[in-house]
Amino acid sequence: MGLTGIFLILFLVVHAGLNACIWANDNGEMFNKAAHFMGSMVAPRVLEIGLFAGLLLHIIQGLMLELSNRGKRKVGYAVNYGNSGSKWYSRSMGLLGTIILLFLVLHLYNFWTSARFTGEGLEDINYNGVEMHNMFGLMKSTFTELWVVIVYVLGCLSLGYHLAHGFQSAFKTLGVHNKRYHLMLSSMGYGFSVIITLVFALMPISFYLGWVK
Amino acid sequence: MEHYNMNLTVKVWRQKNSSDKGKFESYPVKNISSEMSFLEMIDVLNEQLIVEGKEPIAFDHDCREGICGMCSMYINGKPHGPWAANTTCQLHMRAFKDGDTVVVEPWRASAFPVIKDLMVDRSSFDRIIQAGGYISVNTGNAVDGNSLPINKDNADSAFAAAMCIGCGACVAACKNSSAMLFLSAKVSHLALLPQGGPERKTRVMNMVAQMDKEGFGACTNTGACEATCPKEISIANIARLNNEYLRAGITAEK
Repeated sequence: MGLTGIFLILFLVVHAGLNACIWANDNGEMFNKAAHFMGSMVAPRVLEIGLFAGLLLHIIQGLMLELSNRGKRKVGYAVNYGNSGSKWYSRSMGLLGTIILLFLVLHLYNFWTSARFTGEGLEDINYNGVEMHNMFGLMKSTFTELWVVIVYVLGCLSLGYHLAHGFQSAFKTLGVHNKRYHLMLSSMGYGFSVIITLVFALMPISFYLGWVK
Repeated sequence: MEHYNMNLTVKVWRQKNSSDKGKFESYPVKNISSEMSFLEMIDVLNEQLIVEGKEPIAFDHDCREGICGMCSMYINGKPHGPWAANTTCQLHMRAFKDGDTVVVEPWRASAFPVIKDLMVDRSSFDRIIQAGGYISVNTGNAVDGNSLPINKDNADSAFAAAMCIGCGACVAACKNSSAMLFLSAKVSHLALLPQGGPERKTRVMNMVAQMDKEGFGACTNTGACEATCPKEISIANIARLNNEYLRAGITAEK
């Protein structure tokens, strides 16, 4: 859980950094070139397979963990310990993960299947003689629908809470027990989840409100 | 603090034996002194039940000084009741007000089956200790002081981990019924001291294997165990246990 989690956290850094190119306000030129670079090079393609394998493993591990743990208390309590003992999101990782997975289905359908296979809603654009997908245009047209924007923001919020617990928990699982590092990693974890949530959630919002051109 | 008397309603889990389904029963108790301990209040209730010709409530207790780890009541949604760093026997009735309803449940975990009423079978903890929570040396006579230098920080952390009284509140509080805080305290306490060194790897491997066999859940680092522990065992011990387990798993000969 911890190892695959950290692997997926690293992916988020790359994904957020690359997508932040939309705010260059150059009608998507920088972003399209970056997306083209990722799509045309061999290394990112190989990493993409690793990414799907890591994601699948993370889901399988999570499901098995949740199912096994749920069976360890046959009779529940009449009064639950609740939030006075632990944070609600640390107890809801399975639920948050499921919401993220549902969001991912829509997200992959919107962009990944279109760019890789179907080309639905996707046009080509030419920069200095190089033909490439206009992913910026696809984002722009996708985020004209309010419900899509709302689902994306909810997906990002779930991801934020998932990370708020997952980031520091992953390192504990891997055996980091130094108290100084614990403090550092939990602060980093909270900071990371807030930044990731803001960066990703602002993308659909920026398009919807016409902040990027 | 000013002394006062109170009348309470105690809602207790009653279960005849491990195969009985069990249910809650509510009992009124009168004139309870705020100076009483929670267990004394249950004693008063039991006297009352005996006079009424009813079966008294079975519950675990021994030292009533907060050091043996026998008392095990889940009171108003928290193991050992509302106070922090406290055992049930050291919980005093001044924690409650006149007219309160107090809900008392046994520890709930498949690895801690209910024997009767509020008593649960915690022998799974004994078997985990038997799997490796010891050092196999003939200790002989007491050695001279300072003949074995130990770093102060390590000694302090080992003593802090050794504070664990094995009451099982961590399991009762955990949403996964995980025994990781208990196990991590036992493993840390020996791993931090030179005497624990020779069996360090086999100890952690065997104790974790026994814990899984007993049917405890896996840790997801929610922190409920640390929040409820009467001896304030730190969750950092769980990370140390993971570290010990990973290292032993990679380097152990068998």
